[in-house]
Amino acid sequence: MPRSTTMIASQPATGPVTLLIGTRKGAFFLRGDRSRRTWKLSPPHFLGQIVHHLVLDPRDRRTMLMAARTGHLGPTVFRSIDLGKTWKEAQTPPAFPKAPEGQNGRVVDHVFWLTPGHASEPNTWYAGTSPQGLFRSDDGGVTWKLFSYINDDPQYREWMGTVQDGTPDGPKLHSILVDPRDPAHLYFAMSGGGVHESADGGKKWSPILQGLEVVEGFDLATATFHDPHCVRLCPSNPDRLYQQNHCGIYRLDRPSNQWVRIGNNMPKRIGDIGFPMVLHPRDPDTAWVFPMDGSGVWPRVSPGGKPAVYKTRNAGQTWARLNKNFPASQAWWTVKRQAMTADVHEPVGLYLGTTSGEVWASRTGGDNWSCIARHLPEIYSVEAAEI
Amino acid sequence: MTVHIPSALRSYTGQKSEVEVEGRTVADALSELDRRYPGLRFRIITEQDTIRAHIRIFINDEQARDLSATLRPDDQIHIICALSGG
Repeated sequence: MPRSTTMIASQPATGPVTLLIGTRKGAFFLRGDRSRRTWKLSPPHFLGQIVHHLVLDPRDRRTMLMAARTGHLGPTVFRSIDLGKTWKEAQTPPAFPKAPEGQNGRVVDHVFWLTPGHASEPNTWYAGTSPQGLFRSDDGGVTWKLFSYINDDPQYREWMGTVQDGTPDGPKLHSILVDPRDPAHLYFAMSGGGVHESADGGKKWSPILQGLEVVEGFDLATATFHDPHCVRLCPSNPDRLYQQNHCGIYRLDRPSNQWVRIGNNMPKRIGDIGFPMVLHPRDPDTAWVFPMDGSGVWPRVSPGGKPAVYKTRNAGQTWARLNKNFPASQAWWTVKRQAMTADVHEPVGLYLGTTSGEVWASRTGGDNWSCIARHLPEIYSVEAAEI
Repeated sequence: MTVHIPSALRSYTGQKSEVEVEGRTVADALSELDRRYPGLRFRIITEQDTIRAHIRIFINDEQARDLSATLRPDDQIHIICALSGG
């Protein structure tokens, strides 16, 4: 779909940052001061609930949605319109349609991903679930409906595969992206199932798989075998996407459909396997990744027990290792796909949460790091909110 | 009949551990429960009207396998969060 490149300018924020942290045992707010030097941790919200994602609506900077379930209870979405002081449950959480008698219908195991809609659609949200389902709310998250034909389309259902084809925690639909220039221009990704684009508000979707690699021996042309871990659209240039995939780090410059494996430029001893992908809010050439060990049985911890963030300032041509103040050894960190993020300050603040319950922050775009919270439950998601 | 509410669901019932409902089947009882405490049913019953994997429903001391199980006025319905998790 041809589109002219549009560079979108935005001014750096100067106010305090609050980190919205989803964990396996509840949600936490980590409130920073204006200088982002001191941080204060809130008591847990919904202690014991598995919180996959907690997101502030950037359009009103007041509404928050939280994707939650417990080990026993089914999935739901909680909604706050007062910055997390009080919460109400969605009246109709994301759920698949009841199957006709005698047929097996799908069951939402958990809501995995939440994306606020376009600025021109103030009450619209999208949700991705496990197993893969794409849902939309047009009332600020109170009621949810299946969005688009893909949920029942035979081709898409084939690409979604079975539970055995997905991640150990269940196959997921994630990385729902809305083009800031056009509310009808959408992307989503599936683990497994590839990256998909719609130019008409979800009436038609097409996979974008060219250039992506899959695990050796599988068919490159079959979306089922593609496992994008995290896809991000450049806020400052929506014609550019970056992706941390199961099989490498990629960049896509539209209107091309050809992904370029920029992870090949990473040091060979580190590799280009990981989960998160973080982009600079104003510079489309700058991005950060958190590589993890993809050798052997895929331990997916910091290679050699030496955690480091890698940063590119030239769209993936070269990468620089950033690990100042990280543990120098014996730190076997895993950072999940939603657990690393950036704020919109200058210099950009970076934040990552580990599955071992630590939150690390950098006020300097990754040059220096400090641990700003520890002893939390397993961290699933970290979002930086300007509140 | 009386529905015994596990602690995980008492945020819906205003911390009540027992709720009196009417109905001929488990489906009826849960519909009544959800009408009074919106959202409760979906946390324990899937969109395919099956009991969620880690939830058990007992009528007196007998496990109900599905929502069609019949009820009598003096039945005790226990919603149990199965021993699982961590």
